[in-house]
Amino acid sequence: MANQQSSFINTERPEQGVIVIAPSADIDMSRSPELRTAIRQEMGAGVHKLIVDLEEVHYMDSSGLATLVEAMRNASNTSTKLVICNMNQKVSAIFEIARLDSFFSIVQSREDAISA
Amino acid sequence: MCMQDKPEIELKLVSDPMYLCGARELVGCIAQRIGFDDIDCSKIALAVDEALSNIIRHGYNKAFDRPIWIGISPLRPTKDSIGGIVITIDDEAKQVEPCSMKGRALEDVRPGGLGVHIIQEVMDEVSYEKRTGCGMRLKMVKLAPRPDELPRLSDRKSSCNPQNGNKHTKTRSRV
Repeated sequence: MANQQSSFINTERPEQGVIVIAPSADIDMSRSPELRTAIRQEMGAGVHKLIVDLEEVHYMDSSGLATLVEAMRNASNTSTKLVICNMNQKVSAIFEIARLDSFFSIVQSREDAISA
Repeated sequence: MCMQDKPEIELKLVSDPMYLCGARELVGCIAQRIGFDDIDCSKIALAVDEALSNIIRHGYNKAFDRPIWIGISPLRPTKDSIGGIVITIDDEAKQVEPCSMKGRALEDVRPGGLGVHIIQEVMDEVSYEKRTGCGMRLKMVKLAPRPDELPRLSDRKSSCNPQNGNKHTKTRSRV
C-alpha cells in the first residue's frame, strides 16, 4: 500500500488497481491545475478504479468541476471507473447547480467507493 | 431596487488566483451577518469566485497583476423589499457586449464554461455593463430568504436589454 503526498493532494493505493486521490484543501482556480496533474499522472495502465475522496474539501468552484469532468471523460476512454466520495453539502450544491450530480458516480464513504 | 453609488465595503485586489480564498471569506462572512444561512453564504461566495475567475481567465488572459474591485452593500429591508446583499465587481479588462455574457447549455457536458451559468443560478439579479472608459462591471443581488419561501427557487425568467446591459432576474416562487 504505497502512499504519495503532494502539497495538498494525498494519493493512496488501498488495493491493487485502485487509486484514491484525496485533496486536503479547497479547490479553486489556484489549485485545480495541481489536481488535474495528479489525476492525469495516476490514471494509467493497471488502474481500474480511481476514487476522488473529497472529505477535506469544503469548497469547490467550477474549475474543480471542470477538472473532474475531464477526469471522468479520460476514465471512460481508458475503461477506468471514477467514483467520488465523502462530498459535503456545500460541495454537493455546486454539482447540483451545474446539474452534474447525475453525471458522476457519487457515494457516501471511501469504503462504499472501494466496493462500488 | 437601487444600489447606492458607493458600496459600504470596498476591496481592491490584484487578479491573482491566490487571493480568491480571501475574497470568498469576506463575502461569505458578510452574507452570514446579513442573515443568509451557511449554504446560501457558500453559494454567494461561489458566485463571486466564479466572477473573479472569469475576469482573471478571460478578461485579463491570466495576467495576475491587474486590478479588480469588489463592492459589497447590504440591501436593507423596506416596505417593497425583503433586503439582501448587493455585490459589484469592476475590472479594467477588455470590454465585451453585455448580452454576450451568457451561460452555456448544460446538456453538453464538458469541462469549462460553467461560471456564468453558476452566477445566474445562484444570484437573484445579475447584470453586466460596460464601465465608462474601460472595463466591465458586474452587479449581483441576492435577496434574503423569506419565512414563507421554499428551499429551492423555481420559475425563473431572464431578460436581456442590449442598451441597458445584460440583466437576468429570477422570479421567486411562493408557497
